[in-house]
Amino acid sequence: MSTEIAHETAHDEHHDHGPAKGLMRWVTTTNHKDIGTLYLWLSFIMLLYGGSMAMIIRLELFQPGLQWVEPHFFNQMTTMHGLVMVFGAIMPAFVGLANWLIPMMIGAPDMALPRMNNWSFWILPFAFGMLACTTFMEGGAPAFGWTFYAPLSTTFAPASTDFFIFAVHLMGISSVMGSINIIATILNMRAPGMTLMKMPLFVWTWLITAYLLIAVMPVLAGAVTMMLTDRHFGTSFFDAAGGGDPVMFQHIFWFFGHPEVYIMILPAFGVISAIIPTFARKPLFGYSSMVYASASIAILSFMVWAHHMFTTGMPVAGELYFMYATILISVPTGVKVFNWVTTMWKGSMTFETPMLFALGFIVMFTIGGFSGLMLGVAPVDTQYHDTYFVVAHFHYVLVTGALYSIIAAFYYWVPKWTGHMYDERLGKIHFWWSTIAVNVLFFPQHFVGLAGMPRRIPDYALQFAEFNQISSIGGFAFGLAQVFFLYIVIKTIRGGEKATDRVWEGATGLEFEQLPSPPPYHSFNEPPPVK
Amino acid sequence: MKQQTSPLKLALIPVLMFGFGFALVPLYDVFCDITGLNGKTGRIEASEIDAGLVDDSRIITVRFLAQTNTGLPWSFEPLVEKMEVHPGQVYEAVYRVRSTSSQATKGQAVPSVSPGLAAEHFNKTECFCFVQQELGPLEVRDMPMRFVIGPNISDKIDQVTLSYTFFSLDRG
Ligand code: HEM
Ligand SMILES: [Cu+2]
Repeated sequence: MSTEIAHETAHDEHHDHGPAKGLMRWVTTTNHKDIGTLYLWLSFIMLLYGGSMAMIIRLELFQPGLQWVEPHFFNQMTTMHGLVMVFGAIMPAFVGLANWLIPMMIGAPDMALPRMNNWSFWILPFAFGMLACTTFMEGGAPAFGWTFYAPLSTTFAPASTDFFIFAVHLMGISSVMGSINIIATILNMRAPGMTLMKMPLFVWTWLITAYLLIAVMPVLAGAVTMMLTDRHFGTSFFDAAGGGDPVMFQHIFWFFGHPEVYIMILPAFGVISAIIPTFARKPLFGYSSMVYASASIAILSFMVWAHHMFTTGMPVAGELYFMYATILISVPTGVKVFNWVTTMWKGSMTFETPMLFALGFIVMFTIGGFSGLMLGVAPVDTQYHDTYFVVAHFHYVLVTGALYSIIAAFYYWVPKWTGHMYDERLGKIHFWWSTIAVNVLFFPQHFVGLAGMPRRIPDYALQFAEFNQISSIGGFAFGLAQVFFLYIVIKTIRGGEKATDRVWEGATGLEFEQLPSPPPYHSFNEPPPVK
Repeated sequence: MKQQTSPLKLALIPVLMFGFGFALVPLYDVFCDITGLNGKTGRIEASEIDAGLVDDSRIITVRFLAQTNTGLPWSFEPLVEKMEVHPGQVYEAVYRVRSTSSQATKGQAVPSVSPGLAAEHFNKTECFCFVQQELGPLEVRDMPMRFVIGPNISDKIDQVTLSYTFFSLDRG
């Protein structure tokens, strides 16, 4: 094995040139590792940007009454926070991981369409730059919520909404190009012997996610296009006066929106399915059931969208259908959790930082799954809808779910990427600090939600004061923990204990078994042997 | 050599799905039409009504609601608030609209019936909502609406609410 790796390195020194020098390297690069790095950095910057807006929100909610910001500005903050986190932090982070990992995991030299890959990334800074600029425009940034329901986003929206619409178009184009690239890479560029059912689950879940993306991002693009023509070209898609229907906006949005939440969680399932076996030192339990569960989650995700619309006056038959369909999704989701737990059963486990974040994921994502189950029950959702209970639900699945998996992936693969071990002590501090803070932040929101505190408001009734204060303290602590994470990231990139090629005792997969740490700039110019 | 998947063929999927997003609009209307959801009322010709089908044994209370949407400087109300009607018989209700603007203004009324399942049985032979209404400065107008509730309406329904919202058609 080690001779093979040595040979590979020597071989690279002969034929390959490394990256170009200077800053232009990053602008013109078509290398999957460079582009992966760019995506991950963009995502981190967006995490800090979206996070600072969350700090403003929690600051205002620290006390009842209005202290720090105007209600209209508060609404801009909740809107931009949601948009930036969903489209800027979570989605690009997973695309970054896909770029770094998929070619190395399937034994391919690069992505299938490297030029397009460069485009997919470089569109994004412009999209988010434009979105960020809206804050300084007359009338302020969009303030209608990340779900931009009409007519708030059409008749009553600020002028900057057109920039928002264009930014969403750009993000959509980027996602669609990135996804086509990922599908083409996975289907066409696997090393000989790497059959579909031998692929690591991260590759599988990304293949499914990419299909979801090319199916629903265009629907979102259609929705914002209709908004645009309603605003400026006299159509009435969502305007009752002209024969349109604002409720139809919600149907179109959630037809995109529900698959979108699975776009943000399926790659996370792949990451967790890589980490748990490594630190349990046992192969993943139920590999093929994981693949089928992912596929069925993806298919079901198209059939449940109206669980976001239980209170729009649907007929009872509709409520019943969407309720049962929603609850059905928890079956394949449960299969996954069951498989992870069974993988650990009687394993010889150790608890390095990636494993801690993965375990945190399993426990807290499951809490979010349970509150989702409650929300899926139509008769009780009438009470929970648009309260902080919903906010608690989606932050458990997105922060302690999607974001935790991204952080876990960072700690798990960064020694491979950079050749440096991160500082284990700091990583553990990061985990415990984040985990305590995030629960102080979001757990109380379940209770204020059940007690009736509505979401998206800058002020609230006095009886919610204590829980909001607790929540805010957790929020500040969690925010600070991610600044600490930035320090860990930079420290690890700049140096650290030399990582072995295998990195982790129990690690498997081509990237650990066939490549040195760090891997050469161009890896797998010759397809590796696949067992 | 493996079977190659062509990126161009893949690109067809997003193009089709973009079209599908727009196709949802007519699909949505068709779906609401077939199922009678969404409270949309129907329109029939007076000649289609069979006078022999009046069901004297049933009485349904119809309530009338009227409101104007923001941006339309009109006041709008029904002259009677409710009526007791027999299924199959044609009735007339009158709404009064009054412009409070010193300019000419234009509006469109959009009806909605609740409960939703009554909507497909609620038909109108004549309605101010069939056309746009234009009012001169401070003009007052009484507008008739003739309706009939189909005799096949479920016998669980004994109350129907008809709501009209006037939307402004003056842009900007
Ligand atoms: C067991 C699985 C899940 C079920 C049954 C479920 C169910 C629901 C329901 C019924 C709502 C609507 C609540 C309301 O507005 O009244 C909701 C909201 C939401 N869910 Fe889930 N969910 C699940 C998993 C997830 C996952 C995995 C994610 C993302 C990774 C997610 C993200 C969201 C988001 C973002 C919202 C709020 C949307 C908004 O802003 O209104 N959910 N969920
Ligand atoms: Cu959903």
